[in-house]
Amino acid sequence: MILKNLITVRAALNGRKHFANVIQRTSLSTISNRQQLDLLKLDYNGITDSVHDQLASIVGSENVSSSTAILEQHSHDESYHSPVLPDTVVFPGSTDEVSAVLRICNEQRLPVVPWGTGTGLEGGAIPSLGGVVMDLGKRMTTIRSINESDFDATVEPGVSRMRLNDELRATGLWFPMDPGADASVCGMAATSASGTNAVRYQTMKHNVLSLEVVLANGSILRTGGRSRKTSAGFDLTGLFVGSEGCLGAITAATIRLHPQPERAVAAFSAFPSIRNAVDAATAIMQCAIPVAKIEFMDEDMVDAVNRFSDLENSIKPTLFIEFHGSEVSTDDDLSRTADIVSEFGGADFTFAKDVEERSRLWKARHSALYACKTLRSGPNIRYIMTDVCVPISRLSECLTRTKEDILECGLPGPIVGHVGDGNFHVILLVDRSNSDEMDIATGVIDRMCHLAISMEGTCTGEHGIGIGKQKFLVHQLGASTVDAMRNLKSTFDPNHIMNPGKIFSFT
Amino acid sequence: MAGSMKVLVGCKRVIDYAVKIRVRPDKMGVVTDGVKHSMNPFDEIAVEEAIRLREKKIAGELIAVSCGPKECGETLRTALAMGFDRGIHVEINDRQLYETLTPLHIAKIFAKLVEKEKPGLVILGKQAIDGDCNQTGQMLAGLLKWPQASFTSKLSIDGDWAHITREVDGGLENIKVALPAVVTADLRLNEPRYATLPNIMKAKKKPVDKVDPEQLGVDLSPRIHIIKVEDPPVREAGVKVDNVDELIDRLKNEAGVI
Repeated sequence: MILKNLITVRAALNGRKHFANVIQRTSLSTISNRQQLDLLKLDYNGITDSVHDQLASIVGSENVSSSTAILEQHSHDESYHSPVLPDTVVFPGSTDEVSAVLRICNEQRLPVVPWGTGTGLEGGAIPSLGGVVMDLGKRMTTIRSINESDFDATVEPGVSRMRLNDELRATGLWFPMDPGADASVCGMAATSASGTNAVRYQTMKHNVLSLEVVLANGSILRTGGRSRKTSAGFDLTGLFVGSEGCLGAITAATIRLHPQPERAVAAFSAFPSIRNAVDAATAIMQCAIPVAKIEFMDEDMVDAVNRFSDLENSIKPTLFIEFHGSEVSTDDDLSRTADIVSEFGGADFTFAKDVEERSRLWKARHSALYACKTLRSGPNIRYIMTDVCVPISRLSECLTRTKEDILECGLPGPIVGHVGDGNFHVILLVDRSNSDEMDIATGVIDRMCHLAISMEGTCTGEHGIGIGKQKFLVHQLGASTVDAMRNLKSTFDPNHIMNPGKIFSFT
Repeated sequence: MAGSMKVLVGCKRVIDYAVKIRVRPDKMGVVTDGVKHSMNPFDEIAVEEAIRLREKKIAGELIAVSCGPKECGETLRTALAMGFDRGIHVEINDRQLYETLTPLHIAKIFAKLVEKEKPGLVILGKQAIDGDCNQTGQMLAGLLKWPQASFTSKLSIDGDWAHITREVDGGLENIKVALPAVVTADLRLNEPRYATLPNIMKAKKKPVDKVDPEQLGVDLSPRIHIIKVEDPPVREAGVKVDNVDELIDRLKNEAGVI
């Protein structure tokens, strides 16, 4: 291929050490995306011995690695996108080290991908153009501060959400954002993550008070303080939340904590149809009942969860709800919800007040992704998970039409959703060795995203754009908006070294 | 109407389970200064169980006990924040003395407190995550000549009897034990609640009585002598050999195992 030869010639001319390997496994990218990436590669250098030594002198030679195992570990996240080996992995131990590493990568024009826990779902952390993966999670593991009276905490990228909550357990505070994985809190800021509690406690967008960010040229920014409110200058915190490593590397996040609920009550109910379940959820939200969680599972998902977690729930569309508050308020919420549920044909309304029962209930929901694999087994079976979010008034229509599409396409596609936010996930189970199935799956996802966008929603509620959803961005936001993003990107990262190939392209 | 049975629970202050333990430079102990401490997880489970007994209107007054330096006050506040009524802090400020305390010392302290407080039930964690001794509960029962039920994974009270399920090597054992008794809590007994902010506030006003072990008439002189504390040996990398002959040679002449 002409492009490949061009690359090889340039590599030889510049004395590069080696170039990125692209593992050929079944990929969902179109040919034009591949060409795009190849073209982009022409702007970057490989890692020479001299660069390698400079990196080693910053972080220590034991914290730079090109061993196969380490490269492979950092070649993929938890999405379905093809892994790509980086050229090297660096493990900085401090913000200053991050700054020095980025400065070198910027001078040398090396692609850099900041890495937290590698648990993303859209390929955001995959080093598509090779280069350097900067693993911030391994050594930067300090919880810098917990301010109990102010309800905030500052953490480095190696602190995961479960670890943070563990530290907080005796303080009466917690960090409610709970994406499925035990993700890095800073990583969650980078993807503007959410979770089952968003309906009450909102998403990372609303819970990050300030960030410490390192830009491509090595400058270290602190985007805010710890006050609840501020009107000081542009909101850079908001800019970096959800920037998926494309504007800078987050080296610390100050996040908002919330009081532990006095009492939590979980409830669930099965419904005769998806429409009934979703309409019930919409009604509950529109009555302003302050639910903490309101989750939907379609019958395929309930079936999977039953098998995986050894439960016996009726295999029907189901709502799982949780109420937080005082004894009096939760009882009130429970009874008002029970009324709405029965209005929409909900049956078997069950609730759990004690901790063990509630844990069991929610464990079932949290293991939904793994449970899906029980629906279709085989060595090549992979899940493709996607998420869209629409205004609540359009949710019922969006979900039912998507489900119809899935049933028609013939692939197993259980649905689980944070319906209180108008957000739902489809998990398609495909045989990745079968390109027809991959095409069918892509078709479903494309149609789903277009449908959501047509309803003034978004093609990604909480996972980010990463690799796979770039094609929807212009359609969703308009060319001038995406151009504005490109301009910002060029300002913060003129050499385009920060996670190139993600969110939007430059060709 | 509340229950009337007084319950006494032991709460040991230990290094938090998530902390990476480091040996002190003097090799006589582990680093504790500036290190995060919290209530022994099995004691948290014991505390939770007592609170549930009160919610079921079986238990009445709940008393938490901790033995050690002044920081044990924080551990007691956690129990109070979870819902206990009163704390007893057996103050031991001499650090060297504290480091040589053994389950027998603690059991003797508890025996004296039991004589004074007359609880209908004592619940302890099955073991502490620092000492891992798994002896205090059993020794206390012996000193008091009370029935004991260790490794409890299920507890229910019926009048003057406690029905217990114990987790033992062979499986689960169901026994009936006459009250008053000593119960030690195992992992699956319950999932402890989180302290909420209002309860943490309330806990600050609850009483914590300080007790001098000498007043109790307990002799805390060391029964052990710490000789040395050191890290386990560093794990060495494996060695690859090229062929069987080399393997045999090295096993024979280097490792000395054949």
